[in-house]
Amino acid sequence: MKPKDPNSPIARIWDFFSSVRLTVVLLLTLAATSIIGTLIPQNASPADYFQAYGPFLFRLFSILDVFDMYHSWWFQFLLLLLTVNILVCSLNRLSGTWKIVFQKNPSVDIDRFRKIPNQTVFTDSRSMDALKAIYVPRVKRRFGYVRMEDTEKGFYVFAEKGRWSRLGVYTVHFSVILLLIGALIGSFFGFEGFVTIPEGEAQSQIHLRKTGDVLPLDFAIRCDSFHVSFYESGTPKEFRSDLSILVGENAVLKRSIRVNDPLHYKGISIFQSNYGKLPPNIITLNLVSEETKMEYRKELSAGQKIDLPEGAGTFVFKDFRNRYPFRGQDLGETVIGTLIAPNGNSEEIVLPLKFPGFDRMRKRALVFSVEEINPRYYTGLQVSKDPGVWVVYSGFMIMILGCYITFFMSHRRLCIEVTPKGNSNRVLVTGTANKNKLSMETVVSKITQDLAA
Amino acid sequence: MTSSLILSVITFIYGFSAALYVASWIFKKASIGKAATWITLAAVVGHVAGILLRWVESYQMGIGHAPLSNFYESIVFFSWTLAVIYLVVERAYQNRVIGAFVAPIAFLAMAYASLSPNINDRIQPLVPALKSNWLIAHVIACFVGYAAFGIAFGISLMYLIKHSGRDRNSRLLALFPEQRLLEALNHQMIMFGFLFLSIGIITGSVWANSAWGSYWSWDPKETWSLITWFIYATLLHARMMRGWHGKRLAYISIIGFGAVLFTYFGVNLLPGLHSYSQ
Ligand code: HEM
Repeated sequence: MKPKDPNSPIARIWDFFSSVRLTVVLLLTLAATSIIGTLIPQNASPADYFQAYGPFLFRLFSILDVFDMYHSWWFQFLLLLLTVNILVCSLNRLSGTWKIVFQKNPSVDIDRFRKIPNQTVFTDSRSMDALKAIYVPRVKRRFGYVRMEDTEKGFYVFAEKGRWSRLGVYTVHFSVILLLIGALIGSFFGFEGFVTIPEGEAQSQIHLRKTGDVLPLDFAIRCDSFHVSFYESGTPKEFRSDLSILVGENAVLKRSIRVNDPLHYKGISIFQSNYGKLPPNIITLNLVSEETKMEYRKELSAGQKIDLPEGAGTFVFKDFRNRYPFRGQDLGETVIGTLIAPNGNSEEIVLPLKFPGFDRMRKRALVFSVEEINPRYYTGLQVSKDPGVWVVYSGFMIMILGCYITFFMSHRRLCIEVTPKGNSNRVLVTGTANKNKLSMETVVSKITQDLAA
Repeated sequence: MTSSLILSVITFIYGFSAALYVASWIFKKASIGKAATWITLAAVVGHVAGILLRWVESYQMGIGHAPLSNFYESIVFFSWTLAVIYLVVERAYQNRVIGAFVAPIAFLAMAYASLSPNINDRIQPLVPALKSNWLIAHVIACFVGYAAFGIAFGISLMYLIKHSGRDRNSRLLALFPEQRLLEALNHQMIMFGFLFLSIGIITGSVWANSAWGSYWSWDPKETWSLITWFIYATLLHARMMRGWHGKRLAYISIIGFGAVLFTYFGVNLLPGLHSYSQ
């Protein structure tokens, strides 16, 4: 892959991108610049930034895209440089590695083995032929490829294993590229949005997180019901939405989703994200007449007007508030209604749920309180599509596999040379490994013991 | 006997073993070193018993979950892993001076977890987002990686001390492993740590995808784990440049562990949404 003429501009660029020095510079730059985005909160509102940093820094940071730096042109450019670096570097070395890994008959440079410091020597008095018969099978137990050849006076046994582990590094580098491609696919063809759906209702459009734009879906999501349970301490234990996917009027899919257990439909995933309480639309009122001591119960829905017993007029359920400040205190969830007396006078009635006796303060014939509300939840869903996620996940698996191969496997070569020495034979055992040389020393001494036995 | 009590006692045992390792190094007494090994081994066994008991206790409280779900539990797991990996290294290389530099890390981490007023050591129920097997894999992988980096940090310190020692044959340096071995060991720990950090980041991002629908969102904790990963990747490649040996690699290893500590402790001081803290 390397250009022929070493002085051509293409060759210069090629050399620039094949250098490990560039890798080190890029990785350090990525590490250093990534810190910025953790010190300056990302994607907040411009007004907040302006207030926090003042006009000058605000302008500067805006120009440099610091408020969304991981998607800025310069950060993406660094990633692009890294990608080109990996590609060029890998292509540069691949042909050499390929030749080593896929050769049929590895050539053996016996002189090189003789000079390796990692070696042991012993003598064996058995005959050459006997040694051949013993050594080859013993070496075979530990090495995949074994070859015996005669030399001028004696013979040697060459063995090796783990040749293919030299490809591990390429796997790791390939996985990094897969991750970047997967991320790119996601950012071009995917989206991330959210939608909130009250229980019992359906929604067919979502809001995009990045821009806030509305995105219509070609199906609707209906929240059939929502459930939340709590621990004794009051923190949520589990929340669950029972969802239906509607195409037209038909529910084509019904499923419950929980946090960590999303629903997938046509490449779109729906995640349980948060929830909230909506004002109830049905409440039950309790009315006590001070005169007749009669107790009445009335169910009514939001905005509904009812006639009151004992000719007391009419009542409208006007509003529900989660908080109601009263003389510097918060009364909590409160129903607000309007009472219209027979004479046409209207009066606002405040009914905090926690204080059923509150309405007594009005000192009227009919005392109102809220007996029950039908709380209603809405579910907050993250709706996203990422067609690149499988590319990214493959990258993940390949990276783990590749790192394992690269770090813990090595190409090991062993050479045993036997030469006559007096009446006996001199046996030289040597070995090399492309990595983890210390453990190869152990292998050589183990083999030596094995052969001498 | 509660798990908290066991783990507090274990903290002191680690302190004792760390002191013995240091003493055995300074006074050149092999017998003290042997005792340190046995005491560390005992601490490791007690430690795992404490962790298992905590697991059982969480079930007795009706909120059963693996004891890997909050800050306290993760530090406890970190020290345990560090001690185990250390014992393996000690056995493989038959050198106890390393213990003088590594055992104190296990002790300090445990002491910090047990004594710091900012750390809640109660067993807490899990919020829904944390109920995931990916999370358990994530925590285990990350902290195994961090433990290996912790040991690489100790070894790098030794390397620098040995390197800068004016009198290479001074009494205290005599028992140090050779520089060549320290360098190889540093590299080995970093390869091991890098594999596990990668697995940790990957499982974390699969978890985020299943919980929130996005495998990467650049929140500060994620970003710092990536920064740590970049630093160790730098180290792996710097080895291949001419002139980048020994000393410089030891410095990168130390900086890398600084990034680990920041990912671990510092990020909580930054603004962010990683629910997995305190
Ligand atoms: C994030 C990006 C990268 C990652 C995660 C990565 C990962 C790795 C790993 C794990 C190793 C094995 C190191 C060892 O055995 O100690 C390695 C080796 C190597 N990397 Fe990278 N690398 C990346 C980028 C690059 C780039 C951009 C280049 C381009 C020059 C490069 C060139 C090399 C070379 C030449 C080797 C040595 C191969 C050998 O031992 O034969 N790497 N890389």
